[in-house]
Amino acid sequence: MNSITSQSLTTLVKNIKNKKLSSEEVTKAFIERSEKSKDLNAYITEDYSNALSKAKKFDQNPNFDLKIPGIPIAVKDLFCTNNVKTTAGSKILSNFIPTYESTVTQNIWNEGGILLGKLNCDEFAMGSSNETSFFGNVKNPIDKDLVPGGSSGGSAAAISGQLTPITIGTDTGGSIRQPASFTGTVGLKPTYGSCSRYGIVAFASSLDQAGPMAQSVQDCALLQEIISTYDPKDSTSADFKRNSLSKELTREIKGKKIGIPKEYRVDGMPGEIEKLWQKGIEYVKDCGAEIIDISLPHTKYALPTYYIIAPAEASSNLARYDGVKYGFRSKGENLIDMYEKTRSEGFGDEVKRRIIIGTYVLSSGYYDAYYLKAQKVRKLIKNDFDEAYKKVDAIITPSTPSSAFKIGEKTSDPVSMYLNDIFTVPVNLAGLPAISIPAGHDTKGYPLGLQIIGKAFQEQELLNIAYALEEKISFKNKIKDWWIK
Amino acid sequence: MSKENTEYLISRNKKIYEVIIGLEVHAQVISNSKLFSSSSTKFGAEPNTQVSLVDAAFPGMLPVINEFCIKQAIKTGLGLRAKINKRSVFDRKNYFYADLPQGYQISQFNYPIVGEGSVIIDMPNGQKTVGIERLHLEQDAGKSIHDMDPQNTLIDLNRSGVALMEIVSKPDLRSPEEVSAYIKKLRSIMRYLGTCDGNMQEGSLRADVNVSVRLKGTEKLGTRCEIKNVNSIKFMQMAINYEANRQVDLIEDGKTINQETRLFDTKKNETRSMRNKEDAHDYRYFPDPDLLPLEVSDEFINKLIAEIPELPDDKKKRFIDKFKLSSYEATILVSDLETSKYFEEVVENSDVKLATNWITGDLFAVLNDKNLEISQSPVSAKNLSKLINLIKNGTISGKIAKTIFELMMDGDKDPSKIVEEKELKQESDPKELEAIINKVIQDNPDKVRDFKSGKTKLFGFFVGLVMKVSGGKANPQLVNDILKQKL
Repeated sequence: MNSITSQSLTTLVKNIKNKKLSSEEVTKAFIERSEKSKDLNAYITEDYSNALSKAKKFDQNPNFDLKIPGIPIAVKDLFCTNNVKTTAGSKILSNFIPTYESTVTQNIWNEGGILLGKLNCDEFAMGSSNETSFFGNVKNPIDKDLVPGGSSGGSAAAISGQLTPITIGTDTGGSIRQPASFTGTVGLKPTYGSCSRYGIVAFASSLDQAGPMAQSVQDCALLQEIISTYDPKDSTSADFKRNSLSKELTREIKGKKIGIPKEYRVDGMPGEIEKLWQKGIEYVKDCGAEIIDISLPHTKYALPTYYIIAPAEASSNLARYDGVKYGFRSKGENLIDMYEKTRSEGFGDEVKRRIIIGTYVLSSGYYDAYYLKAQKVRKLIKNDFDEAYKKVDAIITPSTPSSAFKIGEKTSDPVSMYLNDIFTVPVNLAGLPAISIPAGHDTKGYPLGLQIIGKAFQEQELLNIAYALEEKISFKNKIKDWWIK
Repeated sequence: MSKENTEYLISRNKKIYEVIIGLEVHAQVISNSKLFSSSSTKFGAEPNTQVSLVDAAFPGMLPVINEFCIKQAIKTGLGLRAKINKRSVFDRKNYFYADLPQGYQISQFNYPIVGEGSVIIDMPNGQKTVGIERLHLEQDAGKSIHDMDPQNTLIDLNRSGVALMEIVSKPDLRSPEEVSAYIKKLRSIMRYLGTCDGNMQEGSLRADVNVSVRLKGTEKLGTRCEIKNVNSIKFMQMAINYEANRQVDLIEDGKTINQETRLFDTKKNETRSMRNKEDAHDYRYFPDPDLLPLEVSDEFINKLIAEIPELPDDKKKRFIDKFKLSSYEATILVSDLETSKYFEEVVENSDVKLATNWITGDLFAVLNDKNLEISQSPVSAKNLSKLINLIKNGTISGKIAKTIFELMMDGDKDPSKIVEEKELKQESDPKELEAIINKVIQDNPDKVRDFKSGKTKLFGFFVGLVMKVSGGKANPQLVNDILKQKL
């Protein structure tokens, strides 16, 4: 049999259900590989011994009716986990142990998942390279000099490096899709309201959405089906008919209309990205779907709009980290002094930068010019998609304007870092579902992803298209386990 | 300084200034749980025992609107004859303070749940309508305790997240008396509705008072100062008095009034500057992305309309029509829901006139004296109506009734039992009375002579004497009749 850790989630589930593998064997295998993979710095908190005892317990009294029986899973450290430290990649929460569980992770445990540990991420999910984490940067299993993308960089490294059979990330402006693209894996950002935000450390509430990151579309569908539930504890959770995504998954997409937005042909886009896109279009045709040119005219305003709305919400969401109730506190002469020292020492530069931007755009005198205008533009961007979806069933674009960049390459230039999100942020602003699937390699051999954007709450159709393309593309990741000595 | 009608006018150097007052009342919503969490709202619990993860703003915690609080706010809006906004939005008001765990207060800024309405107040010279600008829902903050620990400020989050209604009046009030009448009326309406208990001692009702002055007869409003968080009607009146005169003095000295927030120092009876417009907080209001806009249907509102009880204004009208009460009497009897209920229970079986007098007279005096609410009255409505009937059917005199009333207060005793036990039944047997009267006439030949020679005022003397001899039990009407015959 193939080594355990190289098996897909779907295969592992089958093998556990057929009693070819025990939960303990599987859990042990991923723990061993994770322990050999410390150089990637994918984990912030390991929970291996608990995972093992849970696996043993599962084996003693296995319930094979569950969807992921006894499957070990490491999750992004933005999800609050009961009794397990949850840091959001920040010093200010470096000692924080929740007494509660996020709805998304609870859904995973309810279906038989076992927590392996908490994965590294950009601080408060603010970053596109996992370099803003207080716990250090994560290395891309593709190459030791490359960033894994961000903010779900630890998750992307862990799934591509096979430290976990499946994982979850969060995506506010591309934080699942961009790292998936950089690591040659599959990442789904569901429709806003599909997965509960309860218990996820908030970055920008109107944009944040949790989603699965996997080796395959099939695995992605299975986990999405598990984590997406209506949750009355989140007022923005949507109560819609949820498909059995993995069961209903089909490659039959004949006759589907796929849009190609001309505005995504941005200046200075590398030729290989353009080529990849073209290749994707051919595959779509091969599957019997129809290609239609569309226009999303407000696309160029998406990035500035995003960088007003997201920081505005973040500046308010992060006000609670004040040293008073939990987390890191620095000593101060008085209340204001304590606030200033706690927040100066507790937050990293990127977080502070966004808090300042957010505070500025909400200030009286600037609110109308920035925040209010950004909200109006956001509506226009959403209208663009609504118009397009009168003609097409889905839209296909590149996931990112480049392949993974080098560690340290963009840290001193925040704007070039922000430009990484250019293809992904419009989707968050419109609240739509989108998936990044690996579609090829650039000349350096680094993976490149294609993004498929679906209609709101039509995750099934989106996954079907991805499933069909995945087969045509038959992508193979070139990972040589360089970090394992 | 002079007071004409209910306006408060300040005279200086032959100029007359009028005082313009608007109130922002913060009324705690009656609700078992908080505005966005399921924690209890009970007053007086041990510190930090009524705090959920949401109230303490733990990471990833989200607010979920309490539908009951929405109903309470809409009901209050209906009681204020106000426009109910079918769509309203919750905003974040951002500021840092140790007892504000989220770093922002969830409130309503541009789109409040209730729009314009009005409140009618009764003043000695007639009724006055006070405009309501808006009513919005917001969260209360926690409490900072500065005097329990020498080194540290302690925080109690029990109140954090409790639902408040901020009721903003138009600048329609013109005197401390009108402010008092307005607050009392507002409180009365909310108590009738069961939406706020109006308990100012417990902080369930407090107000920010906006005061400005202008020359009488001019249109333009003067610069206003906001006096924060005043928690009794008396203090509001004192603060307005001080503040209005301070502003007039400034104008008369040729100085300008700064728009600012002030605090009322209850010990020194003065207002003090807290912060001026320049260092006013920039609250960076924006719609709370954790909450969708609140939309209520006509059906939802109509259900609430059906639940609205008879309110003070309607009840007053009914009392006047049905019981022929004066406007003054009716106002007093309806101002408090429990009083009106008590009154209706008493008059169900007894005389209205006597009931009105007994309740507003003797009973109120006792309650006032003992600092009791009418619901804690030592004499029940049932027994008071029995007492009134004993007077009405001539069993006892009004004077004896007062004695009996005193005795009733010891454990809400049945007045007819007291009459029996103490043998206080009125003497209405003419023969018995004649005997007493004959004796009185015999014992006072001089007075009889004087009376007959024209000193008719002495009639009262004889009545008094007869009453005294009878131990107060003689039926006064019969005594009068017999005396007239005998003399």
